[in-house]
Amino acid sequence: MRLGGIAGFVVRRLLLGVLVLFLVSVVVFAATQALPGDPARSILGRTATPASLKALREQLGLSGSVLSQYVDWITGLLHGDAGNSLAAQEPVSDLLGDKVVNSAFLVFLSGIISIPISIAIGSYAALRRDRTFDVTSSLTTLVFAALPEFVVGISLVVIFSTTVFTGFLPAITIIPPGGRPWDDMQAMILPTATLVLAVTPYVVRIMRASMIEVLESDYVEMARLKGLPERTVIVRHALPNALGPTFQVIAINLAYLAGGVIVVEYVFNYAGIGGALRDAVSTQDLPVVQALSMLIAAVYVVLNLMADIATIIVTPRLRTRL
Amino acid sequence: MASTTTDIAVTPEPEVITARRPAGALLRSALHLWRTRIGLALVVLLVAVALFGPFFAPHSPTDFVGAPNTGPSDAARFGTDHIGQDVWSRFLWGGREVLGMAVAATAIGLILGGLIGLIAAYSRNVLDDILMRSMDVILAFPQIMLALVAIATVGPQTWLIILTVGLTTMPRVARVARGASQPIVERDFVAAAEALGVPRFRILVGEVMPNTLSPLLVEMNLRLTYSIGLIAGLAFLGFAPNQNGADWGFMIQENRLALVSQPWGVVLPVLAIALLTIGTGLVGDGIARAAVGIDRSRGGE
Repeated sequence: MRLGGIAGFVVRRLLLGVLVLFLVSVVVFAATQALPGDPARSILGRTATPASLKALREQLGLSGSVLSQYVDWITGLLHGDAGNSLAAQEPVSDLLGDKVVNSAFLVFLSGIISIPISIAIGSYAALRRDRTFDVTSSLTTLVFAALPEFVVGISLVVIFSTTVFTGFLPAITIIPPGGRPWDDMQAMILPTATLVLAVTPYVVRIMRASMIEVLESDYVEMARLKGLPERTVIVRHALPNALGPTFQVIAINLAYLAGGVIVVEYVFNYAGIGGALRDAVSTQDLPVVQALSMLIAAVYVVLNLMADIATIIVTPRLRTRL
Repeated sequence: MASTTTDIAVTPEPEVITARRPAGALLRSALHLWRTRIGLALVVLLVAVALFGPFFAPHSPTDFVGAPNTGPSDAARFGTDHIGQDVWSRFLWGGREVLGMAVAATAIGLILGGLIGLIAAYSRNVLDDILMRSMDVILAFPQIMLALVAIATVGPQTWLIILTVGLTTMPRVARVARGASQPIVERDFVAAAEALGVPRFRILVGEVMPNTLSPLLVEMNLRLTYSIGLIAGLAFLGFAPNQNGADWGFMIQENRLALVSQPWGVVLPVLAIALLTIGTGLVGDGIARAAVGIDRSRGGE
């Protein structure tokens, strides 16, 4: 019965996710293709010849009604055909294949490093509440939560590669064509550190808050009164329960990373989808912009969905509200 | 960063801080905290640089004062930039745009989001669902991505950047406003006002809104911090409205290739953005702590 509740919830959430993705596709399509005015003219400028305008309109799929344009675009996208890049004159999917792998690796690495660190700092701060460690970590997380990630990235470059410790670490990440980001791990250090510093504060804060709540609970007091060693109380009783709310924040932060890579990849000239989106925007390469924003939005929606489901699974009392 | 963390569609409703004291009292008690004072000092300093800096600039931001990328000298206190303009003067001129746009965008997000949240909570019917679900759709995009999609089509216009940042801030504020006003619309004094025939709009503005001011004040600081980061970040990506204008974010983009030989063109604007966002972040945290403190002391009454 209860499981049925969860399954029902998951199905409803999935449907909602699909609906959101559909709306996202409409927004992306409307913003890039169906705006009042002529995208072909805005790309080519006022001096364009009628012939080149017509050619570009055809390439952008601007002939036919708005509805049929949308249907063509979305069916192409669902079949893995995102059209041709205007700048490179190549299929978008060929251009982006390696970059998707590169970005995924960067996000994965940042996640796998930041999650255990932030859970450890957050729990320890809760145990040492209002002592030096807690106060220091709370101020540090506050500062890093406020800083934009490109400011963190560039500061790291100034400190570790160009100015203070010159040449200590590579300032940019060069991934040769056909190469993989893990071939040169040294070049991964600064971009990964930037993303880690960007997301850790949030997980630390929620972990601390949730650990404090658990430590004040009756069952932890009970465990202590039973005479269990403090270590067992924390590791076996407090920590697993405090992790519940943290899961959601972790998933949300991974989703955040999907957006955060845009700026960070640009800082380090990292050959990923974020940097590619930035370049496509500056050259008004609309097919690439459409494909990348759909991809980033899809990752974002899926991770949020997972956050939702994970939270329900680890927090039984929420199930009664389904 | 960290813009999107506490505000995704699926997060639980934000913790409701309802202080039934006027915002002035809240600000005063926030000022007892050191972090608020330090934050406020940083904000005042950087806002002063942004507003009054141009009056103290030795050169026009677009004057050529020497060869490109030279180090500090008598002619140029912090050296020259990538095409030989004075770094110090461009720094003094460069805060207005970022700050002005961030404040305007935050104001749009705060007003629209606040109204939508209040109306959604007060309506208590299907309008609530419609409004909040449409907010969720906007939340399905990372903020920066939506801004980039808009810029790709229209170009980096001032109004467009303000509008997209404002509109993507709106749903985040709306969630807070709705969360804060929901317990209040259930209270007896609202029902009493309705029974007396007070117009619903006056109930909303006169009775419900004042009770949501402190969470909205906290949210305003948070959103201002993120808007500054986002707008400076867009300029850093090369999307500033004015392509040779002095702008802290854009300065970093222009001068980063010469980082090794002439770091000042990057370091000064990076420092400015860092101190400004740390300042607004500290002020926001101070107010949030003060609001919780007020609640705690009231709990004992």
